[in-house]
Amino acid sequence: MSSRDRVLGRVRRALADVPEDDTPYAQAVVRDYLRRHGERDPEDTVELLAENLVDYRAVVHRADAGDLPLLITRLLEARGSGKVLVPPGLPPEWTSAPDTHWVQDHTVSTPEELDRVDSVVTGCAVAIAETGTIVLDGSPDQGRRRITLIPDHHICVVRVPDQVVSSVPEALERLDPARPLTWISGPSATSDIELNRVEGVHGPRTLEVVLVSGDHSSP
Amino acid sequence: MRVALFLTCVNDTLYPDTGRAVVRLLTRLGVEVDFPLGQTCCGQAHYNTGYRHEAEPLARRFAEVFGGYEAIVTPSGSCGAMVREQYPRMGGRARAEGRGNTLERVLAPVVPKTYELTEFLVDVLGVTDVGAYYPHRVTYHPTCHGLRGLGLGDRPRRLLQAVRGLELVELPGAEECCGFGGTFAVKNPDVSAAMGADKVRNAESTGAGVLCAGDNSCLMHIGGTMSRLGSGMRPVHIAEILASTEEEPAV
Amino acid sequence: MSVTFVGMPAFPVAAHEAVADSTLRGNLRHATHTIRAKRAAAVAEVSDWARLREAGRRIKDHTLRHLDRYLVQVEEAVTAAGGTVHWAADAEEANRIVTALVKATGESEVVKVKSMATQEIGLNEALEAEGIRAYETDLAELIVQLGKDRPSHILVPAIHRNRGEIRDIFRSEMREWGRPAPEGLTDAPAELAEAARLHLREKFLRAKVGISGANFVVAETGTLVVVESEGNGRMCLTLPETLISVVGIEKVVPTWRDLEVFLQTLPRSSTAERMNPYTSMWTGVRDEDGPSAFHLVLLDNGRTDTLADEVGRQALRCIRCSACLNVCPVYERAGGHAYGSVYPGPIGAILSPQLRGTQSEIDASLPFASSLCGACYEVCPVAIDIPEVLVHLRERVVQGGPATRQGNKVVLKPAKGHAAERAAMRAARWAFSHAGALRGGQRLASRTRRLHPRTLPGPGRAWTGTRDLPPVPAEPFRDWWQRTHGGQEGTK
Repeated sequence: MSSRDRVLGRVRRALADVPEDDTPYAQAVVRDYLRRHGERDPEDTVELLAENLVDYRAVVHRADAGDLPLLITRLLEARGSGKVLVPPGLPPEWTSAPDTHWVQDHTVSTPEELDRVDSVVTGCAVAIAETGTIVLDGSPDQGRRRITLIPDHHICVVRVPDQVVSSVPEALERLDPARPLTWISGPSATSDIELNRVEGVHGPRTLEVVLVSGDHSSP
Repeated sequence: MRVALFLTCVNDTLYPDTGRAVVRLLTRLGVEVDFPLGQTCCGQAHYNTGYRHEAEPLARRFAEVFGGYEAIVTPSGSCGAMVREQYPRMGGRARAEGRGNTLERVLAPVVPKTYELTEFLVDVLGVTDVGAYYPHRVTYHPTCHGLRGLGLGDRPRRLLQAVRGLELVELPGAEECCGFGGTFAVKNPDVSAAMGADKVRNAESTGAGVLCAGDNSCLMHIGGTMSRLGSGMRPVHIAEILASTEEEPAV
Repeated sequence: MSVTFVGMPAFPVAAHEAVADSTLRGNLRHATHTIRAKRAAAVAEVSDWARLREAGRRIKDHTLRHLDRYLVQVEEAVTAAGGTVHWAADAEEANRIVTALVKATGESEVVKVKSMATQEIGLNEALEAEGIRAYETDLAELIVQLGKDRPSHILVPAIHRNRGEIRDIFRSEMREWGRPAPEGLTDAPAELAEAARLHLREKFLRAKVGISGANFVVAETGTLVVVESEGNGRMCLTLPETLISVVGIEKVVPTWRDLEVFLQTLPRSSTAERMNPYTSMWTGVRDEDGPSAFHLVLLDNGRTDTLADEVGRQALRCIRCSACLNVCPVYERAGGHAYGSVYPGPIGAILSPQLRGTQSEIDASLPFASSLCGACYEVCPVAIDIPEVLVHLRERVVQGGPATRQGNKVVLKPAKGHAAERAAMRAARWAFSHAGALRGGQRLASRTRRLHPRTLPGPGRAWTGTRDLPPVPAEPFRDWWQRTHGGQEGTK
């Protein structure tokens, strides 16, 4: 007997008490919890996102679409980032900083090469206001998962209010499970020393989120 | 209203003052109290230690002795929770074991009419000021089965706050277990004692002279710890505080 | 130990040591009290908490009741997405599968994401025996691994260590495993985190094989979910060429949408955050992004035996948040090691004796390692009635009865060492069944009360070692009642 058959057989015998006509999933699971916590207009939802991002030590900036390239330039300069990684589908106008060595991610770049990059700039798939979370789904303006992981500085651009939802349920609705997803809530952190949160372990230790309004470049 | 006092085996044997206090309090509030002499034990210690089958005849006996009353009042959160929470479960288990629904049927009538004392006062009689007088500084420890099992909430506090002369002070870590836990106290004596000592230290930090609770089993453990640690505090059951008046003060 | 009750098993012995260790007590008290208040605040932010909890309970219950169907669905979805599914009936088989998969890559080291399932099966030791070195990359797991220690908490396995102890371990042990700790390392948490970052980075960058567990597996899509904080999970899940995930069969949820419940309740319950820093979700393999080979090992190892118990089954709802540990007064004082399992605390006390059976001394003692205070049930985000299961397992220990072991129905004998207690319980039941006998005993106690000692010999010392006995009153209540209310009816 294969292990598959053995395990499935045990499961079936263990469930001998469950009737054939047991309540089906749709009736068994009652979803009377809230779709979102409180009603807010789009502006307030963006404001809540900003508050919650800051609360978990992300640095939040706001910009109009026209000012975005300048802001990104300024943020990279302030950090002294010479070598900056970008995913293939990032709107080219975002990356106009003159004295920057822009590195296009491509599939052969090894982890060691990525480790020598100072910063990474990406877009995102959706941002969740209630939890201060940005979600990346590997779209062309976000790139492979590793590019937002190894560099120590991540600038993530969120198009507001379009990309902002209130809640976790609303975010899941927008996401495609077939894509590799990374949910990011603040810079990497740990609670492993005396159950106190300390920011900055393996992921980017600085997360800057730019809330850009009036940007309609398609991701 | 004619109610039965389910005093519990521990109170009957070791804490008759609590029983007398309940009788005095309820009588003062116009309730006709009876103490059916056939009562013994609800079976909690048996059940919680794993002897469900030994607890069953005690539960049946409880249902037989108390079945005829309008309400059953007990000055014990844990014994009250035993009847209300575990009796239905015992019936259900017997059915699942293929023993039919007899036990379930026998126990069902007493379940909804069993009340812990403070619950009976607040919910059934609708009083929070019971006319008591108790000129002491008191801190209140909500016992686990009353708090989390029966969901007594703020009922005991509301009753205590209405007592004249009583200064109620907040107990740090009030909702943490005192460490009694029935047979836990002797099966895991070190942890139980450590929990008891912490509870006593927290109680002492309030500056109160009296630690009040609604369950003498817990108070036996806390009081025994206080006495061993040489604490000046006294454990007092809430019934004795609520029964106390200017004319007839509690000792 | 003579100061204990009859049938004294292992948990109290281990707890005896822990209670006397003031550093350990201080570390645990500090950590658990910190997180308790934070968790309460994080939960209070969500007005529909009770409904989320109930939805979580129902999703898990439904899944467990139809687990065979959902497991097959997982297998189909993962396979369709380019992954390979393996089935392991027990720890040994799971270890064999993983070892073979690693060997097939030709690698002799792996990086690991913190995973309870691989701890449970002793995977690191099994790999070591085959010449494969497993590097733990979660900070707390690293502390445990470097300190040659055992985990003592589900979420924070090194909770028993304070910052000074962690610094000492890093200073003395890191060089044995790779990059040494920085010169002049202090006990500042940020510095300790930095030391771990530097130490592990070289391992992440060169790793070819990653091993993980999963918090959730979505049956309809074949998606795995790993919830973490540090980014070590992301490293292990995305940089290696081969990813092997060992996942208990109870981790399945039916639909993508079900995650909306658990991604709200898990972070708030475990680290008291609105959301944990990183959550990774992946479905099979994806061209050019992440590992090119993905293996899912579905693990039974006692779970189907647990599933067969209609009362105990609810333990399989557990999402490993550790809220029950953080709130447990027994855990706080006994520490995690006393539970003799990778699953300590209240959930461990009901999980270990079900996964492993109640035959060993420690497993027979775990159901009694609780005062039944109910704090664990109150905070559980999937409403596992831990006290109910504890009492149920106590019954299994003292009375024996039907159970399932390795898929076979067995009838357990009562555990040894409870004979005297059993006799005492029977005698008490008899006395309580005869009100006259009870009264006789009470009167005897009252009449002899002046002779009662304040401390007791033998098993009674378990009480009087630390507590005085209450004085026995001059007369029991029932005698007073009869004297004063004797004429009234009440003698039923």
